Amino acid sequence: MREITLSQAVNEALAEEMRRDETVFILGEDVAEAGTPFKVLSGLVEEFGTERVLDTPISEPGFVGLAVGAAMTGARPVVDLMFGDFIYLVMDQLCNQAAKQHYMSGGKLSVPMVLRTNMGATRRSAAQHSQSLQALVAHIPGLKVAMPSSAYEAKGLMKTAIRDNNPVVIFEDKLMYQDKAPVPEEEYLIPFGEANVKREGTDITLIATSSMVQVAEKAAEILSNEGIEAEVIDPRTIVPLDEATLLESVRKTSRAIVIDEGHQSYGVTAEIASRLNEKAFYHLDAPVLRMGAMDVPVPFSPALEDITVPTPEGVVENARKLCAGELIHAA
Amino acid sequence: MAKAKAKTNTEEYLRMYRQMVRIRTFEDNANQLYLSAKMPGLTHMYSGEEAVAVGICEALTDDDRITSTHRGHGHCVAKGAEFKEMFCELLGKEEGYCRGKGGSMHIADQSHGNLGANAIVGGSMGIATGSALRAKLQGKDDVTVCFFGDGATAQGLWYEVMNMAALWNLPVIYACENNGYSEYTRTDEIAAGSITARAEAFGIEAHKVDGQDVLAVNELTQKLVARCRKGEGPFFIELETYRYHGHHVGDINREYYRAKDEEKDWRENRDPITRFRAYLVEQGIASEDDIEAMNAEIEKDAAEAVAYAEAAPYPDVSEVDMHVYAD
Repeated sequence: MREITLSQAVNEALAEEMRRDETVFILGEDVAEAGTPFKVLSGLVEEFGTERVLDTPISEPGFVGLAVGAAMTGARPVVDLMFGDFIYLVMDQLCNQAAKQHYMSGGKLSVPMVLRTNMGATRRSAAQHSQSLQALVAHIPGLKVAMPSSAYEAKGLMKTAIRDNNPVVIFEDKLMYQDKAPVPEEEYLIPFGEANVKREGTDITLIATSSMVQVAEKAAEILSNEGIEAEVIDPRTIVPLDEATLLESVRKTSRAIVIDEGHQSYGVTAEIASRLNEKAFYHLDAPVLRMGAMDVPVPFSPALEDITVPTPEGVVENARKLCAGELIHAA
Repeated sequence: MAKAKAKTNTEEYLRMYRQMVRIRTFEDNANQLYLSAKMPGLTHMYSGEEAVAVGICEALTDDDRITSTHRGHGHCVAKGAEFKEMFCELLGKEEGYCRGKGGSMHIADQSHGNLGANAIVGGSMGIATGSALRAKLQGKDDVTVCFFGDGATAQGLWYEVMNMAALWNLPVIYACENNGYSEYTRTDEIAAGSITARAEAFGIEAHKVDGQDVLAVNELTQKLVARCRKGEGPFFIELETYRYHGHHVGDINREYYRAKDEEKDWRENRDPITRFRAYLVEQGIASEDDIEAMNAEIEKDAAEAVAYAEAAPYPDVSEVDMHVYAD
């Protein structure tokens, strides 16, 4: 199978959906000729023109608001939010407006829009361009949240998101745009709420999102050499969450670590760990561990930044301890 | 009144009068429901501002969209909503426009192009402008009117979306209902300079009109809507108006921010319904008897709708997690 980058995968998904459905359009800062700073959208304006690949002023609440209104009246906008950190700027439009229209109107109005943005630290961009804010969005009923872990997921999830009748936020890891993966030439969609078991194992379950899937897979490789077989699961969407697949795995392995690049406290890892505790408690041989980003603003210095995010070595160390029964009385 | 001519528009004039009375009557009943503790929560009365909603909405078709505000009953009625579904919504009943999930501050009536009231001040400015963007991208000729109050002119979102609407000539009309008060504060204490000048700074043609004169509002809106349909939008209208009640129904003792004499003056000398009624009689468009009959009929409709809504069932509890996500 051919291999393409995550960036190309997103680009292909958008182009295919824009060809299929003329109500789909893109708007955001520097999306047209510039193709975004990450060049993810390069070439789209040439095919679809400046009305469907619409450059906006640097007015995040404004253009997200426009997308909500366009979506409510018959279009399918895909908003490009240049950095995930800018989510804070658009919280009212996203959480008070987009997320609630369908419910507040008793099902009469709907907001079929996609907000593409990114996440991920270690790009030496410091505290305002490095955050992973998926937990903020996942907290709000009415929004769906997808976190592609490779080019394959990025394409299939984007196409599903565009066809979904709800506001969907997609977080792409900005360090993965150039990562290649096998992606079929023929069309495919990845349904929301279906986790992907990336690697089967019997001793411990590693549940990981986005780029943390790579971290978990590397950890699983190392652990395997030591005789510990880790199962790696990528939820692919955290809202909706495929709880059944996660629970099934944990009931089998009786141990789990949840890994996500958002801050650990009150985060995605906390939510998933809590659900496992509530629903698989009697199957567990050890506490479910959370591994998120440290609860500090992302620092600039490489010496500091690199220690704020989960690493394969960190996962291996925690997995060893869990499997050796060392963390049962951790408190 | 603005137009001293013509009986040629008899039907339209009578409909405008009727719609203004329907709004006033709806609000009087809503206020009673609140005062008698039959309505959950609270609500914001539109009484006094009827000529704004009616003058504007009578210049629109069902394909044209509006976005409304927390003070939104007037917009909803003016855009064509029915009393029964509106009162049901205010009382949280299953047959309400939003199945009781929105209430007073979130009534939406998509069938007549009302994209909904919005309880975040200025919160719908993006939605209205986005609706206009959709119209332009899809080659449709519908127009969107964004209603908001003077208080909302302090929100940054307005300046962001006006900029984009002007850049792309979007068919949107920003209608600022300036009732002189930003909640419990005089607007001249929170707004520097001129409000129309703010729109003009983006190259947007701005108008100021007497919001108590339904014909003046309607005449201006018709012109601007027609120009929007030709791609000449956006436009801004500042409508000078007044709310008779407090910021919300519970805002009873308000002399610390607004004098009783001032309220009395607006009610007695500038009331949009009284003024238009006198005009209709003077022009021979309707007799006093015709008007009394119309008023009585509307009161009866409202009383029946209230009784219906009071007796109507609440939504089944199984609906609580319905409509979080669309299929």
